[in-house]
Amino acid sequence: MPDAAEPETAELRENREQQVERLAHRFAFERRTFFRLLGNGVLVGLAAGGAPAQESGRRRFFERHPLPRAISAWLHIAPTGRVTVYTGKVEVGQNIRTSLAQQVAEELHVEMGSIRMIMGDTLLTPFDMGTFGSRTTPTMGPRLRRVAASARDILTGLAARRWKTPRAGLVAENGKIRNPRTGASLSYGELTEGRKIARTIEDDPALTPAAEWRIAGHAAPKVHGRRFVTGEHRYTPDLALPGMLTGKVVRPSAFHARLVECDASRAHAMPGVRVVRDGDFVGVAAPDMATAARAAAAVRARWQAPRQISSRELYAWLRRTARHEEGRFAHTSGTPPAADAPGLKRLQASYEIAYIAHAPLEPRAALAEWKGQRLTVWTGTQRPFGVQQELAAAFHLPLEHVHVIMPDTGGAYGGKHTGEAAVEAARLARAAGRPVKLIWTREEEFTWAYFRPAGVIDIAAAVDAQGHIAAWEYDNYNSGPAAIGSPYRSRYSRIEFHPCDPPLRQGSYRSLAACANHFARESHMHDLAVLAGQDPLEFRLKNIPDPRLRAALRRAAARFGWAARRRLPGRRGFGLAGGFEKGGYVATCAEVEISGRELRVTRVVEAFDCGAVVNPNGLRNQIEGAIVMGLGGALREDIEFDNGRILNPRFSQYKVPRFADLPEIEVALIDRKNERSFGAGETPIVGIAPAIANAICDATGRRLRSLPMLRLGRLPA
Amino acid sequence: MRLLVNGKAHELEAAPDELLLWVLRDKIGLTGTKFGCGEGECGACTVLVNGRPVRSCQVPAAAAAGKPITTIEGLERNGRLHPVQAAFLRHEAFQCAYCASGMIMSAAGLLARNPKPSERQIRAAMNGNLCRCGTYSRILKAVRAAALASRKRA
Repeated sequence: MPDAAEPETAELRENREQQVERLAHRFAFERRTFFRLLGNGVLVGLAAGGAPAQESGRRRFFERHPLPRAISAWLHIAPTGRVTVYTGKVEVGQNIRTSLAQQVAEELHVEMGSIRMIMGDTLLTPFDMGTFGSRTTPTMGPRLRRVAASARDILTGLAARRWKTPRAGLVAENGKIRNPRTGASLSYGELTEGRKIARTIEDDPALTPAAEWRIAGHAAPKVHGRRFVTGEHRYTPDLALPGMLTGKVVRPSAFHARLVECDASRAHAMPGVRVVRDGDFVGVAAPDMATAARAAAAVRARWQAPRQISSRELYAWLRRTARHEEGRFAHTSGTPPAADAPGLKRLQASYEIAYIAHAPLEPRAALAEWKGQRLTVWTGTQRPFGVQQELAAAFHLPLEHVHVIMPDTGGAYGGKHTGEAAVEAARLARAAGRPVKLIWTREEEFTWAYFRPAGVIDIAAAVDAQGHIAAWEYDNYNSGPAAIGSPYRSRYSRIEFHPCDPPLRQGSYRSLAACANHFARESHMHDLAVLAGQDPLEFRLKNIPDPRLRAALRRAAARFGWAARRRLPGRRGFGLAGGFEKGGYVATCAEVEISGRELRVTRVVEAFDCGAVVNPNGLRNQIEGAIVMGLGGALREDIEFDNGRILNPRFSQYKVPRFADLPEIEVALIDRKNERSFGAGETPIVGIAPAIANAICDATGRRLRSLPMLRLGRLPA
Repeated sequence: MRLLVNGKAHELEAAPDELLLWVLRDKIGLTGTKFGCGEGECGACTVLVNGRPVRSCQVPAAAAAGKPITTIEGLERNGRLHPVQAAFLRHEAFQCAYCASGMIMSAAGLLARNPKPSERQIRAAMNGNLCRCGTYSRILKAVRAAALASRKRA
């Protein structure tokens, strides 16, 4: 094919031929370089999983040894007293930069201001799988607390030796070790004496109980908050390098399309424009955004795509392609009641959950720079180490030649696990021989990112005359198994998840399938309560054995005024939903007002229990935000697609919640000092959709079983 | 063309189809103004032109030439935050904060022309700005607080 972009294919071939074999064991060498650069002070590391370093059961210095690879977090105290914490977790607005710093400050007995968090940098921070699953608070939090407590212990030991006094009785406070007997005190920085002391943690240090927390457990403002109200913070799209070009990808006509023909001669002729064609990838690099857009538009590409299904056929398609996987996703207990069992009332229904998009306000973006065979990429991702692997595989590089840096990023919600923009920017930068920055358009983000899985859920249930659940049969098609287990007692239950052939690229989304499973389950529970002639709250309290979930329901109901609610038939209704997932207990009450086909959610009260609260300020913000985000999936958000194309890839067509949709929101935190702290980024989203559906049913008697519930912004006719 | 940004004149070359957003970000280096959607639907790119909120992703730079333009970087006065910035910070009216620049500019534009907005007016003025983290309640609180603080200061 005589095409201006042809030489690029040869370039990639050359690249392949020159590929370097992976040398995974050199990782330790890279880490050592880092520690040389780190300078003097005390460095404490924690073995992955929190277990003592496997190389040795005893405390040891490791300057003479290769650094253990399986380190999950580091803490460094410089002679200036500056504390630096290294963790592979990343900040996407869930505010862990703040809550993790609080926990370090708590155990190290220093002020928040003296701590600097280095996060999500594949060179500087220890390996981390990624920031997802609400795992930061229950896992990284305690790890950093252990590291900090051990550092405090080491510093106490240094002071004891220096003063030739027993360590018992020495007090660590405000970044100093003090001897109350003599009145002497030395700052942490002074205690390092300019030496380099590096240790891994040997055993579990005693941690401060949550009830005694002075910094953690209290409201803390967002770290670097000022930078975000002044525009000073640099997100990935804001970064720049000298000589940098702007990248743009020429997208296929449809999903799974192959490039048949490509004439890039017009784009190639534009001054300063570089065109890359490699397999089915076509992209341009240009001096600025406008030129990049013009050049990409000037590429004449012909694509061939297979016939694909449309959103109208979605649910039938999922049922048709469903698989039964014995054992893995199926669970049965008890025996089914006889078909003619007396006194049983049965209810069978199907629920539908549409595909929705994360639509983070910061679209996928990356800045890539090559130095010889070494690649550095800045990108907003929940898995910097995953993106590092993606890049290493794409360009046949040894892992340690790829450095991924994650600036605090503008939203992710489970949608930024992958490194598409990173790979694209790196491919263009490789061809252009200059750094390339690439920012996805909103249409690209709505089309070429992945979606929350659509699903169908069938439930067949029965209640007995006393209002106990006698049977619970539950089949989830494609949504996923998260929170598929019911917190309700049932004499018989069969619960099954059926994987299907998804018509769209799908992946994780805030709470995964817990949204879908709670929508179906909690809608069904409301109807079972009505069938049993019981109040929806009483019915739940009777059938839920877990006292913490019952407490959350009671708390939300009390704050909401559930007992005093006054429904107006056809016009005002009240709904309740509750659940448990990822260590968090949630209960949500909603009030709706209806006028003809117009719906307004007027008030939402949510109680949430995730154990000992680390930062009540950040936690409230997360819960309020989850309610608002959940409102979108409940009412309006719906990815429409046909034949491999997304039909509504714009905010003018895909309606996310706005100020006009905002209900009055009240949050009731249940702070359990004696319980382990769990994350809160996900579970607070699961209650809102069923609470609204139940409120609509309460007002109108009509059960809406398909998400989103509104059609063109109104209740279905 | 000559752009007057935050009280400073910039002489630069820009093609007729170059949007104010990208000229501000890429040619002047003011990256506080964000790209969010490119169709004027999310408000992340909001700046003030002649004191009025404008979606800079919808305006060719040429159309703003010669007019006073204020971006998020131009709100501070002698190291003191604008009342809207201060209120956003105090109420922590953000999570990922990618929307914050646009939110603050929309609110600053509103208060400049209407120092005593009603609740309805605040919601109407802010409705073109999206926050995907869902911090709307806090943003409303911050805008109310900023209005009060501005009036007290005035």
